[in-house]
Amino acid sequence: MNVKSLVSITDYSKEKILKIVEAAERFEVNPNQDLLKNKVVATLFFEPSTRTRLSFETAINRLGGRVIGFSDASNTSTSKGETLKDTIIMVSNYADLIVMRHPLDGAARYASEVSNVPIINAGDGANQHPTQTMLDLYSIKKTQGTLENLNIYMVGDLKYGRTVHSLLMAMSHFNPKFTFIAPDELKMPEEYKRFCYEKGIEYREMSELNDISEADILYMTRVQRERFLDLVEYEKVKNVYTLKKNMLEGTKENLRVLHPLPRVGEIAEDVDESPKAYYFQQAKNGVYARQAIICDALGLI
Amino acid sequence: MNQKKELVVVALENGTVIDHIPSDKLFKVVSILGLDKLDSQITIGNNLSSKKSGLKGIIKITDKYFESSEINRIALIAPNAVLNVIKDYKVVEKQKLTLPDQVCGIIKCVNPKCVTNNQPIETKFHVVDKESINVKCHYCERMIEQEDILFNS
Repeated sequence: MNVKSLVSITDYSKEKILKIVEAAERFEVNPNQDLLKNKVVATLFFEPSTRTRLSFETAINRLGGRVIGFSDASNTSTSKGETLKDTIIMVSNYADLIVMRHPLDGAARYASEVSNVPIINAGDGANQHPTQTMLDLYSIKKTQGTLENLNIYMVGDLKYGRTVHSLLMAMSHFNPKFTFIAPDELKMPEEYKRFCYEKGIEYREMSELNDISEADILYMTRVQRERFLDLVEYEKVKNVYTLKKNMLEGTKENLRVLHPLPRVGEIAEDVDESPKAYYFQQAKNGVYARQAIICDALGLI
Repeated sequence: MNQKKELVVVALENGTVIDHIPSDKLFKVVSILGLDKLDSQITIGNNLSSKKSGLKGIIKITDKYFESSEINRIALIAPNAVLNVIKDYKVVEKQKLTLPDQVCGIIKCVNPKCVTNNQPIETKFHVVDKESINVKCHYCERMIEQEDILFNS
């Protein structure tokens, strides 16, 4: 495998995570540079994701690189039955780096094994989305001044939400304390609780979003209707896990509310005015984090 | 009735005997080891009574010796099977199976959205727990417990 690829957040050591976060800080101060001058980056989106694609392409353009690729596989030879392997080998002949999003779980790992150039995973099905995790970490570092010893509350769909699983793995390097708040149907899987236990990380589970007075980070996720067999249950749960502005009273001064977006009602609109709402800046931080990840993959920082 | 007492399975001069295979796993072992493609003389016995446990299967293969990487592939389904290496009618080596760290090709991923189920790719699994035989797909990272392991046909 190409050692410079980023497929899963576990490909990054603690040192690497810190290096990327520090580089992202520098890119935020000085986002327009020509580090990617004369470089071609391919963005292959086998399924559409406008938000992620625009974030990557902004990162590349601000660094003076050129972009080739597609935003939807329906007009490509994939729809004619070309294998993923052939597509990746062909594109890796053209580009210096490949950013890819694919609907199948494990597609990015496989691509990293057949490609001659580094692969950055921009989401492979329900599996991994490590650049999201890096922008989450950068946002946490930026708002808290540190990644160490933080009290992190995760709320909503903790069962299927890949962002919370990756965040948990990444934060495990920094002695966090976790509180998992989810309905019974969407609780944090055993596998991750066992991981915390083995790493000596303190965690507790709650079924209601009421006491958040100790939180440094409140990480909200979307509770999706399709996860519920019983829609009555969904309607009930949906409101229990909605953050409203008055719930932020009495919380810590440094508390910040994060959400991978898009939101659909988990955070009431009136929260947006609070200085503790951070989800839109969080999305903006994605550009700096991705600038750092791309430059690292190409050995430029 | 005139009953002749005979050994159910004849003794082997040179080769390998795989013993203590659970009866319901015998033909799976045959296929995983690719014995159906082998030219050697092979004797297979199944549903034989075993002193150790219920019914067992046994496979004797003439003039064939296995690499441990080859034979350990069956540790996933018959962890208690015993390998006897026979030379000149004598057991010269008795080998217990050990699970490899990685298993390529024989397991099928249970996740229908895994890239290995949708593209022409050989599967690869990491054995994460050798006691309870839990494996993890190298590609989609799905954890699979022993009772849920599926084999490629």
